[in-house]
Amino acid sequence: MAKRSAPEVNAGSMADIAFLLLIFFLVTTTIEVDSGIQSKLPPPIPDNTPPPPIKQKNIFQVLVNQYDQLQVEDESMEISELTEAAVAFLDNGGGEGPAACNYCEGERDPESSDNPDKAVISLVNDRQASYKMYVTVYNELVRAYTILRNRESERRYNETYENMYSRYKDWPETEKETPEYEKLGKQVDEIRDLYPLKLSEAEPQQG
Amino acid sequence: MSKFKKQKSGELPAISTASLPDIVFMLLFFFMVATVMREDELMIENRLPNANQVEKLESKNKLIYIYIGKPSAQYQKIYGVTDVIQLGDKISSVSEVQTYVNSKRNDMPEDIQDEMMVSLKVDSNSKVGPLTDVKQELRDAMALKINYTAKKGDPMRNVKQ
Repeated sequence: MAKRSAPEVNAGSMADIAFLLLIFFLVTTTIEVDSGIQSKLPPPIPDNTPPPPIKQKNIFQVLVNQYDQLQVEDESMEISELTEAAVAFLDNGGGEGPAACNYCEGERDPESSDNPDKAVISLVNDRQASYKMYVTVYNELVRAYTILRNRESERRYNETYENMYSRYKDWPETEKETPEYEKLGKQVDEIRDLYPLKLSEAEPQQG
Repeated sequence: MSKFKKQKSGELPAISTASLPDIVFMLLFFFMVATVMREDELMIENRLPNANQVEKLESKNKLIYIYIGKPSAQYQKIYGVTDVIQLGDKISSVSEVQTYVNSKRNDMPEDIQDEMMVSLKVDSNSKVGPLTDVKQELRDAMALKINYTAKKGDPMRNVKQ
């Protein structure tokens, strides 16, 4: 008896079906952005607390006005120069005695900041300023801290701070009890404390 | 003689399309895996700025999203053309931020409530004003960990006209 073979299924339309699904997914989905600049807000303060005393020379005034123009220490500045100016201010190390900074490589100008721990960057922005300008300024200021942390970290541990930090963050969950992990955590904290991020955002001016 | 019949040389042999479904399926699976469905239906314009000091966000269950931007074209009749705040999938006022954050926080499992982070997705063309109001509300709600969500890229491209 002749073997009866099953009739072959026509797979020609398979491609069409797959294309239809593909196009559906292409249209309906968006790739989510999952990165951003981390920041911490100050906790709410009671109304009548006096502001903490900070010497004028320890404040680095950054102002963005309603026309998106940048003013640093009462002088206008291009945004491309901001990071450099911030680094110079933070790394100045003009303090003496207990306020001296032995790892700073700045100019030690007595008119500028004492040490990175005392130095505060004050960012004031007009309500009418645009968000893209604000983010760019913020980004440049954070970059100044990253540059200094990287430099100090390279000097002490031959590895950039960014590298150390990402290694610390991506440590496998199962190996967090090991001494290596704790050591790395201590190093990251140490570098961070050498150049603590002190970025104060005052109440913005009414536009 | 018929055994040695000359092959017709003028016609091209048909290309087999049998592997086409495989290729398409491969693409399909790639897109299915690589993309995430958007959680909230956006009613506003939301083009994020570029930045290079970015860190990866926390996992999704610890995040609360707040969007700020101009209403998109079909909502401009109702909400106007100035920047508005969107919480979840509806446009809200600043005073609702605290309630929203608190209710979202209460929905989270207790052990991760402290690690909650607010992801601020602000349109790059919007003004800083509404953002400042939102930040003030977040301070009062004790939601202090925030994140200016941005694409990884050259920040100088934001300010270039």
